[in-house]
Amino acid sequence: MELIFEISKNGKKAYTLPECDISSDKQIEQKYLRKQDARLVEVSELDVIRHFTALSKMNFSVDSNFYPLGSCTMKYNPKFTEYLASLDGFCMLHPLLPQIKGGEKLSQGALTIIYELEKLLCEITGMDEFTSQPMAGAHGELTGIMIIAHYHKLKGEQRKIVLIPDLGHGTNPASAAIAGYQVRAIPSGKDGLMDMGCLKKELTKDVAAIMLTCPDTLGIFNPKIKEIADLAHKAGALMYYDGANLNAILGKARPGDLGFDVVHLNLHKTFATPHGGGGPGAGPVGVKKELAKYLPIPRIKQDKGELSLDFSMKFSIGNIAPFYGNFLVLVKAYAYIILLGGEGLVEASENAVLNANYIMHKLKDYYDLPFKRACMHECVFSASKQSEKGVHAIDIAKALIDKGIHPPTVYFPLIVKEAMMIEPTETESKQTLDNFISIMIEIAKLADKDPQKFKEFPKTTPVKRLDEVKAAKDLNLSA
Amino acid sequence: MIPGDLKYTKDHEWAKIDLNHAVIGITDHAQKELGDITFVEVPETKTILKQGGALSTVESVKAASDIYAPVSGEIIEANEALADKPELINQSPYEKGWLCKIKLSDPKEASKLMDARQYEEYLNTLKK
Repeated sequence: MELIFEISKNGKKAYTLPECDISSDKQIEQKYLRKQDARLVEVSELDVIRHFTALSKMNFSVDSNFYPLGSCTMKYNPKFTEYLASLDGFCMLHPLLPQIKGGEKLSQGALTIIYELEKLLCEITGMDEFTSQPMAGAHGELTGIMIIAHYHKLKGEQRKIVLIPDLGHGTNPASAAIAGYQVRAIPSGKDGLMDMGCLKKELTKDVAAIMLTCPDTLGIFNPKIKEIADLAHKAGALMYYDGANLNAILGKARPGDLGFDVVHLNLHKTFATPHGGGGPGAGPVGVKKELAKYLPIPRIKQDKGELSLDFSMKFSIGNIAPFYGNFLVLVKAYAYIILLGGEGLVEASENAVLNANYIMHKLKDYYDLPFKRACMHECVFSASKQSEKGVHAIDIAKALIDKGIHPPTVYFPLIVKEAMMIEPTETESKQTLDNFISIMIEIAKLADKDPQKFKEFPKTTPVKRLDEVKAAKDLNLSA
Repeated sequence: MIPGDLKYTKDHEWAKIDLNHAVIGITDHAQKELGDITFVEVPETKTILKQGGALSTVESVKAASDIYAPVSGEIIEANEALADKPELINQSPYEKGWLCKIKLSDPKEASKLMDARQYEEYLNTLKK
């Protein structure tokens, strides 16, 4: 395909400017004019349309293909939330309006949405108060861990360590380290669950918190989660819930009831806000009553039915963002929760879990299943059987692309050799899953019969197999 | 190919111990598991290490992994060639792909490491 600069022809244009109404004696002085023309493309409107439409066709998207990467990276979001967030009343609102004198009276609608969303998230997670200020999941994580650090500091304690299971998300140790903590990994046992003996040994008076996700990245709900929380609290540590996998347990279990003290949610994973492309994101943080006074300022306060921003909290960790969250993302999550309602949310979780278990059951005779127990919203296979023939998880990923399916997450969690983590999500139909299953079986059979073939995949894409080593080592983003 | 004159850890590092010094690297098994290595954080000299403490990070097309110190001591020399040629670890894990040289602070620690035969048995248990 030609670059747009290659299509460019001198004199072509896609605009008509009105005649210049500044008289010629007011022309810009020569010294301010550029010596050489700017390097811009000269193309017609139709050239632009055809070029970018062709580019978009080379893309892989969830609107055209199945994406078993799941909630982490790409998941279908119902389109009605886009419509609602594009209404003038929301998107023409100035974010500083509620902060200027009298401005809160003109932004009651927007403040009500944020206020009610925070109340709904409390109900869903079993927490007492929420802030929807953090601008993305990682920002929420940092906010949450800063609240924990602040809590210990005001108690006069100098705890230095955060414990994280070895199958935790990479952002967990990163957030803890940025907040000034040392990170200790707790290994998983042969059953895929946290090694309790090791936890007890590591859980000293120096531990500020245990950070984990439940269900974990193997898609397993740890039956000992309450016991872990009790041990943590006994040692004076707090429990941090990484909300990445909340989409598996809506209406079934609440982190607040399981003993968690701080929760962050990635709205895109569970509440249908946009994925990918760098956001905008939203990472609300929920806390138990005892920690509410540390939440970032401002808070939304209700007085005689009127909402306003309250900047007067003296124990707060302070400001974390210039505005109160990415408002339009919050509108989408609010709309999704209201439309689905309690029953709808429960059904979404049930379908997510059912879909993952269906795939696990149908593929377990073809791919090695390192932990043989019912999964939650995702199942983790290992391509170890195929590896013996020289076909690795990455080769299976490439073969899937040729069949019109985006590869699942590979090589994560790190504790599973040749890991393939499959998260179909709740929106996919049985037909889509059956098609995926039959393609995975076909690939397993081909790996057994003709492993050499895999080195050629993918064959049907605009660019063929990429040199990933070169891409990682000699990254060149400039033309 | 597990060299007989080296000591090994369960995290797949090797140490070539010579009285008060040790040359450190990662094993052939480790480089195979990582796949093509794209970046090595070359350890800084004069760093004081504790046995089992983080020594370096290597990145491959699959993941980033921590490398732990098999023995305690001070780094006195590092393999600077790895900065431009991380693939040396894939090509020659026991020779040209060495990571650093450590002046031991506690030579007795070496007894906690596995010898070649024990390491081979350990690798066999991982296959099951």
